[in-house]
Amino acid sequence: MRYPALLPALVLLPLLLSAMVALVPRGPRRLAGAAASSITGVLGSAVVLALMIDGGSWEFALAGWEAPLGITLQADGTSTAFLALMTVVGVAVTVYAAAEPRLAGGPDFWPLWLVLWAGLNGVVVAGDLFNIYVMLELVTLAAVALVALGGRSAAAPALRYLFVGVVGSLLFLLAVALVYAETGTLDLLQVTAALEPGPVLTAIVALTLLGMGAKMALFPLHAWLPVAHPAAPAAVSAVLSALVIKAGVIVLWRIWFGLADDATAVRALGVVAGIAGAVAVFWGGAMALRSSRLKQIIAYSTVAQVGYFAIVLTLADGSAAGWSGGVVLVLAHGLAKAAMFLAAGTLAVAYGTDRLSHLHGAITHTPMTVAALGIAGISLAGLPPTFGFVAKWQLLMAAIEQGAWWWIGVLLLGGLLTFGYTAAMVRATFNRPGDDEVPAPHRVRSVLAVVPFTLAIASVVFGVFSAGLVDLVAEDPTVRGHG
Amino acid sequence: MTFVDLALLAGPAIMMIGLVGHLLIGDLLRRIIALNVASGGVMLVLLAVAAREDVPDPVPQALVLTGIVIMAAVTGVALALARRVDAVSDESEDR
Repeated sequence: MRYPALLPALVLLPLLLSAMVALVPRGPRRLAGAAASSITGVLGSAVVLALMIDGGSWEFALAGWEAPLGITLQADGTSTAFLALMTVVGVAVTVYAAAEPRLAGGPDFWPLWLVLWAGLNGVVVAGDLFNIYVMLELVTLAAVALVALGGRSAAAPALRYLFVGVVGSLLFLLAVALVYAETGTLDLLQVTAALEPGPVLTAIVALTLLGMGAKMALFPLHAWLPVAHPAAPAAVSAVLSALVIKAGVIVLWRIWFGLADDATAVRALGVVAGIAGAVAVFWGGAMALRSSRLKQIIAYSTVAQVGYFAIVLTLADGSAAGWSGGVVLVLAHGLAKAAMFLAAGTLAVAYGTDRLSHLHGAITHTPMTVAALGIAGISLAGLPPTFGFVAKWQLLMAAIEQGAWWWIGVLLLGGLLTFGYTAAMVRATFNRPGDDEVPAPHRVRSVLAVVPFTLAIASVVFGVFSAGLVDLVAEDPTVRGHG
Repeated sequence: MTFVDLALLAGPAIMMIGLVGHLLIGDLLRRIIALNVASGGVMLVLLAVAAREDVPDPVPQALVLTGIVIMAAVTGVALALARRVDAVSDESEDR
């Protein structure tokens, strides 16, 4: 089953639906937005299923104009994996936001969410560098506007997020300009074949690392994230952490594994990225342990996990296990982080706050939500049989293959820290000794507990049945480009 | 040194000036303007790349047009947010 013509629809359909939803009056907009998002979700699932059955890679040139003049879209195994994550988390967030408008920021959420979804799909299927830049900007603008829905206090974090995002994009645009100056094309595959080693290539890789590092909040460029993610409404935080970060990750990986060569300067960049990643793992974990609010803990946890995405740059260097481990880690983190932020939102509605000190007794009243937090944390920490374990296992294998034992220490200590702050979150929901009258929470609709719980369960189920996925990703041409 | 060489050198320099200004300045309006200066530097590089041959290359010029549209949109959103930030901080000062 090959339907490459569906690829442009992944971007254009949600954009069109967004414009239509924006015209609907504010009252019925939630219904229209939920319907439009469901259509987008159905389209996403159809494309992912067809891509998985086909098992190959699709290419589509818009209006029949081939590269280098036209716009080409392409989807390979990695794109399939990212699209699957976006569809699963997208549908979950749609259900959650439709059930409780307060957790989504009101009716303005829907058109922005559809634009964001279009941009995320676009980053994944874009075949040329300039469209990647345009789609990244679309994602940044929509994400910033969504953060600003968090109320008056969210304006400052949103602006800071916009500044960081635009600086990252400008650095990337300069890299794109250098690529065009050197090769005369922007098509990613043609660039990979045509770009000669030299100082310009080093500059391109360095600019991309810096630009995407800012966008994905890699230490020490992470300071905006623990401010911006908790300021947003819960449904938005989940999308930002699970999906928006990943747009920067996939662009960095595509450029890095497509272009980077064995030059000393490029190797040094890889070492710098690896060190920054290792520091991020410890710093994010330590700050999460010190935080006293659920959303802040989860945001610092994202800072720590982004560190692993940078470590993949060195671990996946010519190692299939490292590469598939990286992609699976992205999926595992996306599922777990979405589950955590949605669960935190549910608890915040039930208890009126997300401070750990006010949540005691939650395990009695909202056991399913607390279970979602716990299971997602176990997957993040990488304990079997979860999805996170599969990812960490692949990365460990890659580290052993390369004899790079120090990464094993980083992976294991990072997992321990993750387990620590997950335990702190779950511990805060226990009944206190002698506390017979636990504070009763506000009633919340059960779907608000079911959605995060389903995502958390998904991170276990996918972990048990992950062999096919690992194969799908390991055969990806992106790795060969670097071999 | 030709005009194209000059533009290729000046572009990154202007971008650096804009970025450094953006990072060091505290005032929000001036930070937004500094960001626009930085983007002007990147656009200059793209235009210089387009002007290397006798017949100008239309592809980088099209990229610059798209880039200008995107920066205009970003500036609009940034200004709207900056106004809101100022309104919030004015309120807390009055109290």
